[in-house]
Amino acid sequence: MIRFKLNGQNVQSDASPQEPLLHILANDLQMNGQKFGCGKAQCGACAVLMNGDPVRSCVVPLAAADGRSITTLSGLSEGGKPSRLQQAFIDEQAAQCGYCTSGMIIQAQALLDRNPKPTDAQVRSALDGNLCRCGAHNRIVRAVLRASKGA
Amino acid sequence: MSLKLAQQMLRAPARRRFLKSAGFLSLGFAIPLVDVHSQASAPRLPGDLNQHRRLRAWIRILSAEKAVQLLVGKVELGQGILTAVVQLCADELDVDMARVQVVSGDTDLVPNEGVTAGSFSMPNCATAVRQASAEVRVILLELAAARLGQPAAGLKVADGMIEGSGGAKVSYWDLVLGQALEREANGLAKPKPASEHRYIGRPIGRLDLPAKVLGQPVFVQELRPAGMVFGQVVRPPTYGASLQALDAAPIERMPGVIKVIRNGSFLGVVARREAQAQAAAQAMAQACRWKVPERLPGTQAMPAWLESTKPDRVIETHKKPRSNGAAVVRTVGASYYRPYQMHASIGTSAALATLGVDGVLRVQTHSQSVFETRAAIAKMLGMTLDKVRLQHVQGSGCYGHNMADDAAADAALLAVAVPGMPVRLQYSREQEHLWEPYGSAMVMKPQASLDAQGNIQDWKMTLWSTPHGTRPNSEPGNLLPALYLEKPFAQPKPQNGGAPNFAADRNAVALYDFPGQEVLTNFIAEMPLRVSSTRGLGAYANVFAIESFMDELAHQVQADPVEYRLRHMKDERARDAITRAAAAFGWSSWRKTAGRGRGIAFAKYKNIAGYCAVALEVEVNRSNGRIRVLRAVASADSGHIVNPDGVSNQIEGGLIQSLSWTLKEEVQMNSTQVLSSDWTSYPILTFSEVPPVEVVLIDRPGMPFLGTGEASQGPTGAALANAVFDAIGVRLRQLPLTPDRVLQALKG
Repeated sequence: MIRFKLNGQNVQSDASPQEPLLHILANDLQMNGQKFGCGKAQCGACAVLMNGDPVRSCVVPLAAADGRSITTLSGLSEGGKPSRLQQAFIDEQAAQCGYCTSGMIIQAQALLDRNPKPTDAQVRSALDGNLCRCGAHNRIVRAVLRASKGA
Repeated sequence: MSLKLAQQMLRAPARRRFLKSAGFLSLGFAIPLVDVHSQASAPRLPGDLNQHRRLRAWIRILSAEKAVQLLVGKVELGQGILTAVVQLCADELDVDMARVQVVSGDTDLVPNEGVTAGSFSMPNCATAVRQASAEVRVILLELAAARLGQPAAGLKVADGMIEGSGGAKVSYWDLVLGQALEREANGLAKPKPASEHRYIGRPIGRLDLPAKVLGQPVFVQELRPAGMVFGQVVRPPTYGASLQALDAAPIERMPGVIKVIRNGSFLGVVARREAQAQAAAQAMAQACRWKVPERLPGTQAMPAWLESTKPDRVIETHKKPRSNGAAVVRTVGASYYRPYQMHASIGTSAALATLGVDGVLRVQTHSQSVFETRAAIAKMLGMTLDKVRLQHVQGSGCYGHNMADDAAADAALLAVAVPGMPVRLQYSREQEHLWEPYGSAMVMKPQASLDAQGNIQDWKMTLWSTPHGTRPNSEPGNLLPALYLEKPFAQPKPQNGGAPNFAADRNAVALYDFPGQEVLTNFIAEMPLRVSSTRGLGAYANVFAIESFMDELAHQVQADPVEYRLRHMKDERARDAITRAAAAFGWSSWRKTAGRGRGIAFAKYKNIAGYCAVALEVEVNRSNGRIRVLRAVASADSGHIVNPDGVSNQIEGGLIQSLSWTLKEEVQMNSTQVLSSDWTSYPILTFSEVPPVEVVLIDRPGMPFLGTGEASQGPTGAALANAVFDAIGVRLRQLPLTPDRVLQALKG
């Protein structure tokens, strides 16, 4: 039995410890943010925070979550109220299809936690491993910078 | 359709049956369920309202919920169409946007508006919604007038509350509609002038965005009804391979496996858990022996293959002989190439299919063509149309015909093998990359004859292309799994689309006013690699060629590229788009520095849709061949703008996607198979490579909606190649403009 914290709540899973954490989050624990994109840690759509660090849940086995704290997209908001970063994505309309959005927000949150006032170039560098096909890149960067500038 | 509605329907079959039977009730009034084409005497109605004339097909008043239900056949692909149609509906009906509930892409409920593609949703769906909403408002006012005993002309409406003189009031929700909306639209109601718009013309935020940002269920990949199981398919190693041997017994004994499905060379598995399905599929793939044909041209030989293969048809796309008798002093030509390129959706395609106890197969899908895909799936399975229902649920952005329909077909094949079980299937990255129908490779050869002043007298464009359209089109042979069944369906021979949209030859006719112009299309029906509609079809390649060649000619006659274009262009809106992009870029004040260059290009998409000009600046590193795009400006005229932020998002997104195509993308193959299997072997543009983009919107209040989604790709590709030429003095005519090609060109 693997036990970990999911968005502040204690959860457990009796699935095979080798199953990807992504499957456990999406299929068993009904989490919607992180998405399957490549299964190879190449695109970032499945990013979640593990003890505050961004990880690619498509290649992280369930066993690695044991005793850790996992945060998904919905874990960033409080009582359904968007976090500052989530609100900035809405304010900047920083998406088209929105499939990569969860991974973008998770990756950007990890950046802001380390570096609350990043430059444009630092935001781009932090998001270079997250792929967007719709071409919403500049909007996404603006959203992260907006969130970093305070409420 | 909205996910919420999809889930409600999954959970509440009783409610669904009610909706369905309510639809059949109208038969009692002798009003056909399927709207007929306009009769000779009936007026031509705006957009798709002409095909689906009954108002209730589009709009219903939900009195109990104090809401308006808007039913549309077009679907949300991330382009924002559902937000735009709600803006229109709310403004014309005088209700708050929050009261409009959209149902889209459900074959049981909505008008069949064909495929959501080709930048047609604004001209065809949005205009229909606007007119239908305006007519429903007139009907509601007439009912209110009768109820209040006052003339309709004196009534005012705010958020569904109708007010007459002396404080008399009645709301939309209190009116008894009876059969009022069963009548056909008559085209008499006039949509509001721009001055009365509350939502139209404003940058209203996307209605679907908050849920996507908060992690609420939106996507088909996030459906998980009770009892759901997981499907996987095993594809052959390459096109046309056939299964020689497989011992499936050990696979059937693997943990969690519910069923192994083998039908000819189609192989699938259904299991309790996603990882179990994947493990079983992997084991099955390893246990198979395949016969693999060797018949691909290979990446390098592809341009020569196009020119040397006998075309299925040689099409005279355009022929306007010159009659001015002007003397020609020289004739020049050039050859350009566009390789196979991918849709490359970030999310792999997925579907959820369930064969219900009522014998109805329900498929939840991110297809762009739910009605035609339903027909194709029904034929593939030997089922009648009324036993197959497709419901659109959003997926990852598709940019054309990706594998959405294949996933729906695969899920359907698995679901009918395990009746009662909802089967969700999502492809691996390799499956999506290797099997999606790519954008076709093309060769384009423009040629021009110039007079003594350097003006173009004769223009001739010859192009070679494999098909651009193998959408389901109600034919199972267009669904990937159907080709591999024991009784396979043959793929119908693809056709090239004709005027006014064209396909391979889309935008092959230059909009410039050349005294003579001729376009010849060598349409090759054979498909070494599987191909279908990819954002813009032939437009990206043809505009790349036309606008690169215009630039070459301008340089040859030592003309400014902006002036040279304007010299040949009479269309005022085109001139405006070019001029405004150049002005915003700072074209006239720009000064050349070493290693830097600027480029401009223009197109009117399909020559009937949105106008767009792109100007950009690059820096080229001569030692490593890398191109850096420093900044880009795009002008866009899409007619009357409903949502300026939506237009801006589409233009900028299209521009950035086109930079990725132009700088990086080429599907690699050897003689047996595709080699581009993931994001490492098929890289796309990343954040650090994306330049700042400025979009200049040109609004045309009162003019028709032209559509926007495919306007900026063509001009972007050519503007980039033109800027590279300006920077290093060498012309690159083969896409993509990789560092290797730049270095090779510099060596000469």
